Amino acid sequence: MTSIPDYKIFPLGDSALTIDFGNTINECLNDTVISIFNSLQQNPFEGLIESVPAYSSLTIYYDISIINKIIKNESTVFHWIKNKVNEQLQQKQVLLNKKVSTVSIPVCYDKKYAPDLEWMSEHIKISCEEIIQLHCDTTYRVFMLGFLPGFAYMGTVNNKIEAPRKQKPQNVSEGSVGIAGKQTGIYPLSSPGGWQIIGRTPLKLFNKKEGNTLLNPGDSVRFYSINKDEFDNIESRNS
Amino acid sequence: MSLTILKAGILDTIQDLGRMGYQHLGINPTGAMDKYAASISNAIVGNSLDEAVLEMHFPAATILFETATMIAISGANFSATINKEPIPINTPLIVNKSTVLQFNSVQNNSIVYLAVKGGFKIDTWKNSCSTNLLAQVGGYNGRKLLKNDTLEFKTEPSFKNISGDYKIAPWKVNENWDADFKNELLVLPGNEWDWLSKEEQQKFLTGKFSIGTNSNRMGFQLKGPALHSHTQSELISSAVCFGTIQLLPDGQLIILMADHQTTGGYPRIGNIISAHLSALTQMKSPDHLFFSLTDHSVAENLFLKQQQHLKQLQISCTLKLENFMLENN
Repeated sequence: MTSIPDYKIFPLGDSALTIDFGNTINECLNDTVISIFNSLQQNPFEGLIESVPAYSSLTIYYDISIINKIIKNESTVFHWIKNKVNEQLQQKQVLLNKKVSTVSIPVCYDKKYAPDLEWMSEHIKISCEEIIQLHCDTTYRVFMLGFLPGFAYMGTVNNKIEAPRKQKPQNVSEGSVGIAGKQTGIYPLSSPGGWQIIGRTPLKLFNKKEGNTLLNPGDSVRFYSINKDEFDNIESRNS
Repeated sequence: MSLTILKAGILDTIQDLGRMGYQHLGINPTGAMDKYAASISNAIVGNSLDEAVLEMHFPAATILFETATMIAISGANFSATINKEPIPINTPLIVNKSTVLQFNSVQNNSIVYLAVKGGFKIDTWKNSCSTNLLAQVGGYNGRKLLKNDTLEFKTEPSFKNISGDYKIAPWKVNENWDADFKNELLVLPGNEWDWLSKEEQQKFLTGKFSIGTNSNRMGFQLKGPALHSHTQSELISSAVCFGTIQLLPDGQLIILMADHQTTGGYPRIGNIISAHLSALTQMKSPDHLFFSLTDHSVAENLFLKQQQHLKQLQISCTLKLENFMLENN
């Protein structure tokens, strides 16, 4: 248990506000964000629509009409919520992320599934084999979900294999594993995207029927390398 | 108890007021672009305001009614006809079975809503009927409507006294809640507003912007004076919303719309106030718009005024509808 780190609150339009703990990628700040998110999920206040955790910020969406009825024009809805959030954060103790199980994700780094691996190898002057090794050697943390349903922003990659985003987004296949800066992620759906694609997983990151995601904020993730036959086996078992 | 698409439009989708509560999983809310117009079409036929409706852009679908029902058309005026005869918007209409609804040309605005009395029979996915085109879930099989698709109705109102193709109710709702509105959109400053120097802020507030051609349900790309941020800082991703104005690396602006991604990493110059989103969604390339700053007090009051107008409209519609239904039953 620890108290809340410094933050600032800024409005995101007239129906949402963001609690911002600083523009940095940091596990402790992310624990704080997830902890506040979890308490709001368990004890939502009247007029809360939803809250969205990100790397180091939590955005709260609220219903102006409902809250306006509660406060009877004493102040703006925004100031009322801002004060309420401040009060609650002062009392709050952060429950540090408890032991999370590590999710192991098979990735096939074969050329067939890794359109950008060779380019990356030339660009950062490290062999493809070493890139794969370094990508598998780190335990990553899921900081947040966003962009697409079930897309997990994970970090941080070994600084030797950091790679810039593409200038122009290209079509990316479902299951593709990419790198952008210090981040790594998996495309749950086929979509245009700008990350450097170095492999593909046969696992389903987003279950359309149930709407569930394989990964959630706070999870630990490790990748392991599989060949094309293993990829096909897992894929056929899952379909 | 159904209608069938005889000819598909460019983008006809089932939408309600959006799928809230799942953005933390990366599932974006989607929902009607013009939630105000969608709500009005529902109010006119006596539905709850969040009932699923058919959203259409131009060219819009040609629709065959297989059973008689009551409908309302709101939002844009696309010169609608029933069996080639002009019909008004923002009015309850009883349409007979085997009639054909067509949308012929754009008179004003850019998105039309069709509500049927009782609503469409659509399975909900995660508590909403809205179509998520990106994830291909929700609405009608997660996609836009195609030729020969059939939409079932939840209920079948019985109209015995209908002899012709259609019957128009003798009243029209007034959708205009804010007579003062001209193309000036009110904006609340965003967290990165100060990334613009005073001069650049003035450019934003005095410049003339137009809606770009590659604007869609995800976002409106604006054309206007290029704006330059005086900081080179990189932002890490955080949540964004419908109406967020982002500054792109080339100095142009994009306003996030109903199908926006849940999170983003571009500087947030500001946010269009909720009450002005309806007007914004009905603009199209190359319409012009201007921005003006406001505060929370104004933004919230305008939103409440708009909601109040909807509530009153809904009450008066319900009363008038009861009599109209009795007369035609």
